[in-house]
This record gives sequence, C-alpha cells and structure tokens, in this order.
Amino acid sequence: MSLNAILAQTMLGLSQGVFYAMLSLGLAIIFGLLNVINFAHGALYMLGAFVALIGYSYLGPWLGQPDWHMGFWTALVVAPLLVGGLGMLIERFLLRRLYDFDHIYGLLLTFGIALILQGLFANYFNISGTPYPGQPESLSGIVNLGFMYFPKYRLFAILLSIVVCFATWFVIERTSLGAVLRAGVENPKLVEAFGINVPRMVTLTFGFGVALAALAGVLAAPIYSVSPLMGADLIITVFAVVVIGGMGSILGAIVTGLMLGLVQGLTQALYPPAANTVIFFIMVVVLLIRPAGLFGKVV
Amino acid sequence: MSVMNRVFWIVLIVAGLIAPHFVYPVFAMKLLCFALFACAFNLLLGYAGLLSFGHAAFFGGAAYITGHAVKVWGLSPLPGILVGTLFAMVLGAIFGSLAIRRQGIYFAMITLALAQIIFFLALKLPFTGGENGLQGVPRGTLLGVVDLSDPIAMYYVVFAIFMIGFLIIYRTVHSPFGQILTAIRENEPRARSLGYDVERFKLIAFTISAALAGTAGATKALVFQFASLTDVHWQMSGEVVLMTLLGGMGTLFGPVAGAVTIVTLQNELAGFGSWVQVAIGSIFVVCVLLFRRGFVGELARRLGAKSA
Repeated sequence: MSLNAILAQTMLGLSQGVFYAMLSLGLAIIFGLLNVINFAHGALYMLGAFVALIGYSYLGPWLGQPDWHMGFWTALVVAPLLVGGLGMLIERFLLRRLYDFDHIYGLLLTFGIALILQGLFANYFNISGTPYPGQPESLSGIVNLGFMYFPKYRLFAILLSIVVCFATWFVIERTSLGAVLRAGVENPKLVEAFGINVPRMVTLTFGFGVALAALAGVLAAPIYSVSPLMGADLIITVFAVVVIGGMGSILGAIVTGLMLGLVQGLTQALYPPAANTVIFFIMVVVLLIRPAGLFGKVV
Repeated sequence: MSVMNRVFWIVLIVAGLIAPHFVYPVFAMKLLCFALFACAFNLLLGYAGLLSFGHAAFFGGAAYITGHAVKVWGLSPLPGILVGTLFAMVLGAIFGSLAIRRQGIYFAMITLALAQIIFFLALKLPFTGGENGLQGVPRGTLLGVVDLSDPIAMYYVVFAIFMIGFLIIYRTVHSPFGQILTAIRENEPRARSLGYDVERFKLIAFTISAALAGTAGATKALVFQFASLTDVHWQMSGEVVLMTLLGGMGTLFGPVAGAVTIVTLQNELAGFGSWVQVAIGSIFVVCVLLFRRGFVGELARRLGAKSA
C-alpha cells in the first residue's frame, strides 16, 4: 500500500477521532466532578444533530414559513445551548437526587434517559437516517492537501474540534476558573467553605460536557446521516476509548480519542473486517498490560 | 425460611405447573427464559454487587451456538442446550477475568464493550445469518421419545430447566460461597483483609452467572426456533438490568417478578413501535429515582422480613 493511501486513511481516521475526542472529553469532565458516567451522552450527541436537522428542514414549515431555514452556523451555537440546557435540567432535577447512593444508579438513570430520547426520535424519524442538507456553501468542495484531495467540510470539522478540545483543556488546566473546578474534584467541602456554590458549578459542568456532545452532533450531521441510533452505536466505542485512556486526565481523553480514530482509520485500510472491533481489542490488550488505562492513575 | 419466601416458592411452583393451561404456552416459555436470565444476572449484581452491562453476549451468544449445534450438527435438544451453556461459561470466564481488573463504573463499561465484540461477530460471521438471524432451528425430540414440537411438552421441559437453574442459584446464594460474595459486595477491602481471594470469588460468580444466562438464551433459541441480533444487542443487556432492578436486586424472587412484568409489558405494547423503548426508559428512570428496592425488596421491607 502506498504512502499516500495510508496518509489518506489517516486523515479519514482523524475525522472520526475528533468525535471520539470530543465525546470522551465531555464524559471525562462530567466523571471528574460528578463521578457519574453519562450513558445519555450518545443520545445527547444525537439530539444535537437533530436540532440542526429540525432547524434546517422542519422548523420553518412547522411555523408556516416554508422558506426559512436555521443555518449551519446558527445551529453550531443554538444546539449546544439548547442541549446543554436540557443537560442542566437533567442534572438539577434527576441526577442530583442520586449523589448519596451507589454510582451505578447514575449510570442506570442516564441509560433510561438515553432509551427515552432514542425511542422518541425513532417514532418520528427514519431509523436508517435522514441526510442533513444544510452544509454551508463556503465549506463544500475539496481542498488539495498535497498528498490527497480532502473534503473541505471534514477538514473544517477536524480543525474546529481540535480547537474546541484544546481550548477546553486550557481553561481547565491553566486558568483560575479551571483551578476552582479541579479543586471541586479534589475536595468539594473545602471549596464550598471558600464561598463557591459547588452544586451550581456541578450543574454548569454537566451542561458544558453535554454541550460538547451536542456540538459534536451538529458537526457530524453533514458527514453522517442524522439517525435516532447514531449516538447509541458511537457511545459504546467511546466507552472503550475511555477505558483505554483512563478518565484521570483531560489531555488523556483528547489524545486517546484522536489516536484511536487514527488506528481505526488505518485498520480500515489494512484489514477492513476488523475496523469495527479494533478499538475493543485494543481495550482488551490495555486491560491486560495496564489495567488503569494509558493515562489513568494507579490507585 | 421466612413466611414470605415460603409463599413465593409455592406460588412459583404452582403457577409454573398450571401456566400453559391459562396463557399461550410460547409466551409462558418466554417468561421462564427471561426469568432465568434475570435470576442469573441477579446472582452477579444482587449478591456480588457487580453491574455487568454485557450479559446479552452470554444470552445471545449461547442462543446462536445452540441454534447452530442443533440445526447443523444435528444435536438433540439437551446436548444442544449444554453446548450453548458451556460456550457462555467459557466466554464468561474470559470476559470476567478481564472485567474484574477494574471496579465500579469501569466494570460496567468494559463488559459493555466486550459484549459489543460478540455483537459484531454475530453480525459478520457466516453461520449466524447476519441481519436475518439464525432461523429454522428444530426443537427435536427429548431423549428420542418426546416430540418437542408439541408446545405443552416443550413448556414442561423449559419449566424443568428453569427450576434446575433457579435451584442452582438458590444453592449458590445460600452457601458459604454466597455469604462471601455478599461480604465482598458490602465491604470489599474487609473481605480482602479477612484473607479471601476477592478476584477469584468475583470470577467464579461471573462465570456461573454467564453460564446460566447462556442456558436461558440457549433454551430461548429452541423455544422460538431462531437466534437473532436482538438477543446479543446492548439493549438486551439493559433490559435484564431493568428486570432485576424492578423486581428487586439481591432478592431471590425479585428478578422473576421483574422479568414477568417487563416481558408482559413488551407484549402488550408490541403494536406501538418505539414507544416500548420510551416506556422501558421511563420505568428505568422512575425505578432508579423512587423504587430502588424493587417489588420484592419493597414488599420484604413492609412485612419487616429480614431477607427475601
């Protein structure tokens, strides 16, 4: 196989990897503060994509304005806000009641929420997917990367995701806001004693993690077709990514996500039948040689 | 044995014996298969405190293996079910030894991810029939004598299998081994400090649970005469969690009650498409928020019984 073909698969792998990175980053942020694995993360990613689709194709006709569309750029802002808001409601009114109990109840609650969201959308939308027609004109076409021609939109999705991921990392690890957040992870009681409203911080953090998922959903809409099951299939792979990376580190979540996207892309090129399962097998190997995960702290 | 438990035993056996004369036998068999599946799952979640989100791999994996063994290799029903059970047991030992390397939420995620490998295999391997599933599995004849295409005869075989599985679980829970499992659930570091090899106990519990989940799946493959992707899908793993939770985890009869409720509900709502999923999800949410003890656990508390 030529070098160019491998580079081409690498780019495709990267464009998958950024979605793993954004979702596992959101999961890691939420897990850090709440000790909850958000099973609904995939469903909320799906919801983000549907906000974009409904805004573009359905909302205008529903409001009696068949010619009105909510554009892609608007969706990129509106969807994370809406879905993040929903996430905050979920945290404030449902999850918060469970913090005194075993952490598995949080997992089970969010699993139930995932089923509800998925079931609702499966009633009204085609399971096999609806294409999103709202990809902006300025991002259509292809660019020449030197070794291959690459869809301009995918390049945009990769760059934007990486910028968002590293901006998140910067805020958490390098600013005073992030310091408060990290202190909240270590010792919530003490942070509260400094006059910081920890429950509100938890709600906002959950909302932010969910907003990242919704943003990923909007970015995915023009690439993959929008389907009620798009998140369910993805989230299990992302769980494996999280097990491989360990959830101890923000940077770890990002790097592991990108790396596994690349590995999957290369597998697609070298041995296609294994492309769906390669990440799970890597998880098995990591569990055998480094059970705490690549970036996990050994307890 | 408490009065409540005695009543449960009597109800279970009497209801089991007369059921096919009152409800559609295939439906009654479906109830028994899922009840056994939930009881096997409960052994792990309720007694060892380990939440597996991958039990569909054992249930569905065994269904495919038994289906193949009976249909292609021509095994008779009981050896067929045995082969499926053995497969689930070996798979359980492998998955278990990997998953127990991490605790709590990670354990759930690992089992889920491992089960997804089985799902992809079931989708891609040539013998499974891909999207269509493995169809046309013959029920055969029991020991060369009883023709199992008769639903009533098949029912009593399934009931016998269920009772054997249930008794194995009962014996396991009420043995020194079961006591140690409970000790690990309640306080793992303490069990360890008392000198128990916690990993080994967890692994054995996982393997028994997987094997019996396999028996349930294998039996279901014979009852319905097919194995399908639904059986190995992660949603199936979620459903068995719900059955156990709803009935009462850590209670002997709770999973049976939970399985009967959920399967009946799915049957009643079968014409409403994805609303079934919405209903299941809503029960999950309500159960986790308000009803963590489940039917039987709640009943036991009200009656003031020590254990159910």
